[in-house]
Amino acid sequence: MPSNNSVSAAPITQFINCRILRDHRLQREDLWVRDGRILDPEKLFFDELGYADEKVDCENSIIAPGFIDIQINGGYGIDFSKPSDDVDAGVSFVAKKILEHGVTSFCPTLVTSPPEVYHKVLPQITVRDGGAHGAGVLGFHLEGPFISAEKKGAHPEQFLRTFQPGGFQDLMETYGSLDGVAMVTLAPELSGSHAVVRELCQRGIKVSLGHSVADLSQAEEAVQHGASCITHLFNAMQPFHHRDPGIVGLLTSDKIAAGRTVFYGMIADGIHTNPAALRIAHRAHPSGLVLVTDAITAMGLPPGRHTLGQQVIEIQGLHAYVAGTKTLSGSIATMDMCVRHFRLASGCKVEEALEAASLHPAQALGISHRKGRLDYGLDADLVMLDDSLNIKATYISGQEVWRKGA
Amino acid sequence: MKLIILNDYDEASEWAAKYIRNKILLFKPGPNKYLTLGLPTGSTPLGCYKKLIEYYKNGEISFQYVKTFNMDEYVGLPRDHPESYHSFMWNNFFKHIDIRAENTHILDGNAADLQAECEAFEEKITAAGGIELFVGGIGPDGHIAFNEPGSSLVSRTRVKTLARDTIMANARFFDGDLAKVPTMALTVGVGTVMDAKEVMIIITGAHKAFALYKAIEEGVNHMWTVSAFQQHPRTVFVCDEDATLELRVKTVKYFKGETVYKSFTSSLFFVKNCCP
Repeated sequence: MPSNNSVSAAPITQFINCRILRDHRLQREDLWVRDGRILDPEKLFFDELGYADEKVDCENSIIAPGFIDIQINGGYGIDFSKPSDDVDAGVSFVAKKILEHGVTSFCPTLVTSPPEVYHKVLPQITVRDGGAHGAGVLGFHLEGPFISAEKKGAHPEQFLRTFQPGGFQDLMETYGSLDGVAMVTLAPELSGSHAVVRELCQRGIKVSLGHSVADLSQAEEAVQHGASCITHLFNAMQPFHHRDPGIVGLLTSDKIAAGRTVFYGMIADGIHTNPAALRIAHRAHPSGLVLVTDAITAMGLPPGRHTLGQQVIEIQGLHAYVAGTKTLSGSIATMDMCVRHFRLASGCKVEEALEAASLHPAQALGISHRKGRLDYGLDADLVMLDDSLNIKATYISGQEVWRKGA
Repeated sequence: MKLIILNDYDEASEWAAKYIRNKILLFKPGPNKYLTLGLPTGSTPLGCYKKLIEYYKNGEISFQYVKTFNMDEYVGLPRDHPESYHSFMWNNFFKHIDIRAENTHILDGNAADLQAECEAFEEKITAAGGIELFVGGIGPDGHIAFNEPGSSLVSRTRVKTLARDTIMANARFFDGDLAKVPTMALTVGVGTVMDAKEVMIIITGAHKAFALYKAIEEGVNHMWTVSAFQQHPRTVFVCDEDATLELRVKTVKYFKGETVYKSFTSSLFFVKNCCP
């Protein structure tokens, strides 16, 4: 049946026989798409007298908004922090592969690096929509170098920096440009950080607290100046203490202004965080939980040694360590693995697990008016799953970009 | 009239749905021969719509060549308000079947000229060749559509102020807040429904029992507008046991005695041979 051409000649697709995640619940509803956006079928019917050109039978699958990974350092042998002459090829390669994990948009992440690397890598990638070529690039996540030496984790110590003496000016000189940067992770206890946080927020860049020894009041001050996220909760920060909860205390802080949410990344790979800790965080502040992979170069590769930034790491099973140590170097779990593990470990509902990988990262980045929900007018980036939350197919702007077994 | 008494709401809904289904099948609608139906809203026909959707999904019927005219719509309620009758019809019926939007007609309660909208609606019915079967319900005050007590029995489609009873009955759909309930509606007239070739009224529940009694056991009276159908040549009242609670035992026994009605509704034989 042809659609009505009076408003748009674009073909209309109707996903039938599915359960969609909308309004925080799984509902038996058809999903309509036109022009890469989710369409209101009631308006289509009454205003345009229109109907679907194509019906896709989802065989009772779950349809959720496409997953958004706000912290991913590379994968399949690609290291985003490596200053090659063709960074674009690497980012594009990973962007294509992560479609298999249900990721439709992501923030390529750079770990602490010397200024030359930022100056070389940053200009080569622009924010761009996803498609059959791969997941969309939402902007860089710059994790470092303005972090604490004591909590550097796998970051190379020689390239850490402070905001002395020039503050934001120093930051600009280090990074070179902030075009195409979506998020910066920094340690708020560094002197001069408040002005930097304000300046970044004013430019629409999200500030995430991490790799820090800040206490709770320092973290709260940073939030008051505009910081809104926490980088991989529990890892690379002061452990929770009952008289000084540290950054972890932000989850239940009463100093957060009304209407503001503090989002926190969680690496739910079963390794970086004990399931009991995951549950404590989830129960304390469920609406702020953002699943991230923090995936490294070795994700998708066989066991052995590989490079990450300026260092060498070693894969042992599902673990990735800084070579020769027991310091975790990042994760090699995929986003869909994280969603499944999170659901299992926390005992949460399917809807919550899916929102932690879609709605919450979209909200954390301030793009939930475009992505992260299956509401009318939003981008039709979708993931089709079975009841065990395995990915069956991935769609970007309403077009199928990956199908299992295809 | 025919009074069909079923055991409960589900059976009554199924009977009504089968009646409509058989009507479509017998009529054999096509591109040059549309079947026109008049349709109601409210909780009573929900079960009937569910069954019709089931018959469509089973492949038994298609609504491709069916035209529909709804009875009424609130005035001033945005079309996409969850309680508008447009929303009701979309969510409970249209979105589940293969009907084309241009074949559905619902009064526009936000039209700039409400009177003109009503007149145009009457013209559309005429242009479609009149209504073959008008399905309706009954209010606790005996009204058909929004033809409240006191409505002319020869009335046409027009704007009506809602009775207090109706507003109170509708409050449950507006968070129990009387202030939020629309006070006016566009409605087909009693005369409009009387023009249909056939009328089927679905009445279920004890709270409708008194209205049914007034409609069929007392005289034709504009205070109980459904009573007008005593003067229609082909009316079917489909009800459940609870709705008959105010009727005389004699009436119920008479109509129940005709057990032939129940067994034949599943076959086309009934529709073809038992309708006067």
